[in-house]
Amino acid sequence: MNQIFPTHTDSKCFHCGEDCELEPIRFDGKEFCCQGCKLVYEVLAQNDLCEFYTLDSNPGKSQKGNFKQKNRFDYLDDPEVVGKIFDFRNETESHITFYVPQIHCSSCIWLLENLFQINSAIVGSRVDFIKRKVQIKFLHERISLKEVVNLLSVLGYEPNLKLSDLSQEKTSHLDRRTLTKLGVAGFCFGNMMLFSIPEYFSEAKLLGQDFKGLFDYLNVLLALPIVFYAASDYYLSAWHAVRHRKMNMDVPIVLGIFAFFLYSLWEIFTQGNAGYLDSLGGLLFFLLLGKIYQQKTFATLEFDRDYKAYFPIAVTRVSKDTEEVVPLTKVRLGDVLLVRNEELVPADSVLLDRQANIDYSFVTGEEVPVPVQKGDLIYAGGRQRGEAVLLTVQKLPSQSYLTDLWNNGENKNLNSRLLEPLANRISGVFTWTVLAIAVIAFGYWISRDASVAVKAFTTVLIVSCPCALSMSTPFTLGNTLRIFGKAKFYLKNASVVEKLALVDTLVFDKTGTLTNPSRASIEYFGENLTSETKSIIKGMVRQSTHPLSNRISQWLGSQEVEVLSEVREAQGAGLESLHKGQLFRLGSREFAGVGKDEPNDVGNFVYLSVEGVFLGYFLIRSGLRESAPEVVSSLSKEFELHVLSGDQDHERDTLTKRLASDIRYNFNQSPSDKLNYLKELNSSGSQTLMLGDGLNDAGALRESHVGVAITDQVSHFSPASDAILDSESFSKIPNFLAFARDSRLIIKLNFGLSFLYNALGLSLAVQGYLSPVLCAVLMPLSSISVVVFSTLATHIMGIRKGLIHLNKH
Amino acid sequence: MEVIFLLIGISLVLAVTFLVLFFRAMKGGQFDDDYTPSVRILFENQPKKTIKDQPKKSKTYE
Repeated sequence: MNQIFPTHTDSKCFHCGEDCELEPIRFDGKEFCCQGCKLVYEVLAQNDLCEFYTLDSNPGKSQKGNFKQKNRFDYLDDPEVVGKIFDFRNETESHITFYVPQIHCSSCIWLLENLFQINSAIVGSRVDFIKRKVQIKFLHERISLKEVVNLLSVLGYEPNLKLSDLSQEKTSHLDRRTLTKLGVAGFCFGNMMLFSIPEYFSEAKLLGQDFKGLFDYLNVLLALPIVFYAASDYYLSAWHAVRHRKMNMDVPIVLGIFAFFLYSLWEIFTQGNAGYLDSLGGLLFFLLLGKIYQQKTFATLEFDRDYKAYFPIAVTRVSKDTEEVVPLTKVRLGDVLLVRNEELVPADSVLLDRQANIDYSFVTGEEVPVPVQKGDLIYAGGRQRGEAVLLTVQKLPSQSYLTDLWNNGENKNLNSRLLEPLANRISGVFTWTVLAIAVIAFGYWISRDASVAVKAFTTVLIVSCPCALSMSTPFTLGNTLRIFGKAKFYLKNASVVEKLALVDTLVFDKTGTLTNPSRASIEYFGENLTSETKSIIKGMVRQSTHPLSNRISQWLGSQEVEVLSEVREAQGAGLESLHKGQLFRLGSREFAGVGKDEPNDVGNFVYLSVEGVFLGYFLIRSGLRESAPEVVSSLSKEFELHVLSGDQDHERDTLTKRLASDIRYNFNQSPSDKLNYLKELNSSGSQTLMLGDGLNDAGALRESHVGVAITDQVSHFSPASDAILDSESFSKIPNFLAFARDSRLIIKLNFGLSFLYNALGLSLAVQGYLSPVLCAVLMPLSSISVVVFSTLATHIMGIRKGLIHLNKH
Repeated sequence: MEVIFLLIGISLVLAVTFLVLFFRAMKGGQFDDDYTPSVRILFENQPKKTIKDQPKKSKTYE
């Protein structure tokens, strides 16, 4: 009985490839780690789909712990609830798209696209690997939605159905529209260049006069789709700006387009000249190219998630001793809900059972569960760990404490108006200057030669059309976005770069942002532990999934494991085990039966007692992130730093000791305090960046000028924010900020460059010397040189800042 | 030189054809997901067991 041996055996699960810790289940000559994995294999084997295992090695996901209650999809039978989640539905066929985060390899794609072989009522399915989505087409007379979801869940691909699926608008094809416009512009531009060749070589007299006329008319024909279709976004945007008495980059562009088009029509139809239509085509083509380049999006990330993205679609309601699964939207005040292990509390509610263990890691970033007593309020967003508990709803899900914060930060747009993009401010000055020059040139020529006056006026508008000017911003910002993405800092859109460059105040959340839960420091106080006792402790903590158990297990390192006959876990209290007639207890003070007072220290305590005799305690404190001291000290030179924490201020001393001292600490901050704190900073004129991780920061993240959510796994959970930072790249924050400022500098330099071109073009235009050839050369040349400059400059800066590396070959 | 009129017509027809093909590809979602097809093409097409090879009907010419 007393033998000590490493518990893991050599056998690996055929399905998921994990070590079979217990005796493997043998089936069909193969070994499985759990019934779930075996079940998946059985289903695949029956349907002759074992190719799944040949495409990738051990492609399955472990099915351990995948035993949930049977009726959890019952709400999918309610047509009122699920009506909105279909992509398409007619008399016989339904199409639906699921988000399936478990998709991870080519075998997954293969299996999900071969669902029709398992159930013939499924017509077909299509996987989008990058977005982790699968679209399934099925005949709803032969298979219900619930059965489809059940089938996926049996195979280990349970779709992630969230409340937001019910209200979300189905995929918009905005991106497709811009691409189509680019296609049209490219087609017209290319052909117009071809038909303009005789004009470029007009001295050579390649063709007779008839051809020239024909070519000009063809050019007019080709210009129509460009002016009336491809350019339409610019008209809308410019009109919008003018109506609000503002100026943006699109106003001078639209002015230029009109000048180009009308003047060219006049030249072609009355003067018999060629006009500048080919240059107009080129202008639009390059502009749209820049627009698409700037629209770099990170498809797997979502920045605009609201509370609906976290809450389940349905919950279990208990009434008159019967359980029913009802959609969350139908939950009313006073309803009694049953929340099982690992389930999310969907609304602010009061606990009816004796005790619950709520893990608020979504909310605060702290992963150690908090014990809650009967009658206490549990906030929405907490996750129950342990036995199922009954709650009664106090506030509707849409009005809970945390979702209120979300709705509170609504005035983000107001804030961002203060921060007008650089390009818009410059284009204001630019447009008025150009108009002034045009009028002056017109005034100068009108008394001398009326036709030159008209020509000078329009060519000034044409040549100064801010092609280069408006190309530099999208390309520089697009490059910056990509370089940030390579360094694992993902921005919501390009305008965040400019805001980032102007930030002067940084606000950090403490828990989970400055501190890292997995870098906890563990100390043991008390009587020395013998090697045997350590083995017993290791044996106990290995049986538990509680975060504190994991940390103690890590602390014990490669200690040999004692095989214990029985370990009992009292949820929220501790672990106990009877070993060789002695009762070992590990857990809270009450549980371990220790009468001693709480030591005067901060952190989580785990007490150890044998037969009721106190041996010692573990003190577990969350540690600072590895690079936090360096990051903070280098940031404190340039920025005003603030730290907000929901905790008591016990840790003030340790924090000030380890971090720079000129930081403003604020402890005891509730989520709405955090929001108000940022409001105050903003109203005092600071440009704020908030760095946080939990739902309790959601309000503050929205309120700040730039809200950055930090997370260990970018595709997982993060509150709504402007940017998502992979916690790996935490140490690069100073570089990111510096790089954002560099990219702003590059934009300014680019403006200088394009002003130079404009000055050159203008000096010709005011004298009435501009010819179509010169225009056709000058336009693309200035655009391309600006693009090349911004691409080179951003990459050089990115390499200097250590954000990207040259390929090592 | 008059042949150029014809050539221009042909070139425009060709160009428009490509434009239309581009629109069709766009509508078909060809540019929405540019990763998964690269994996999908490597899967074997296994013949379905249920479908037996049926002898093709021989065409008769009359």
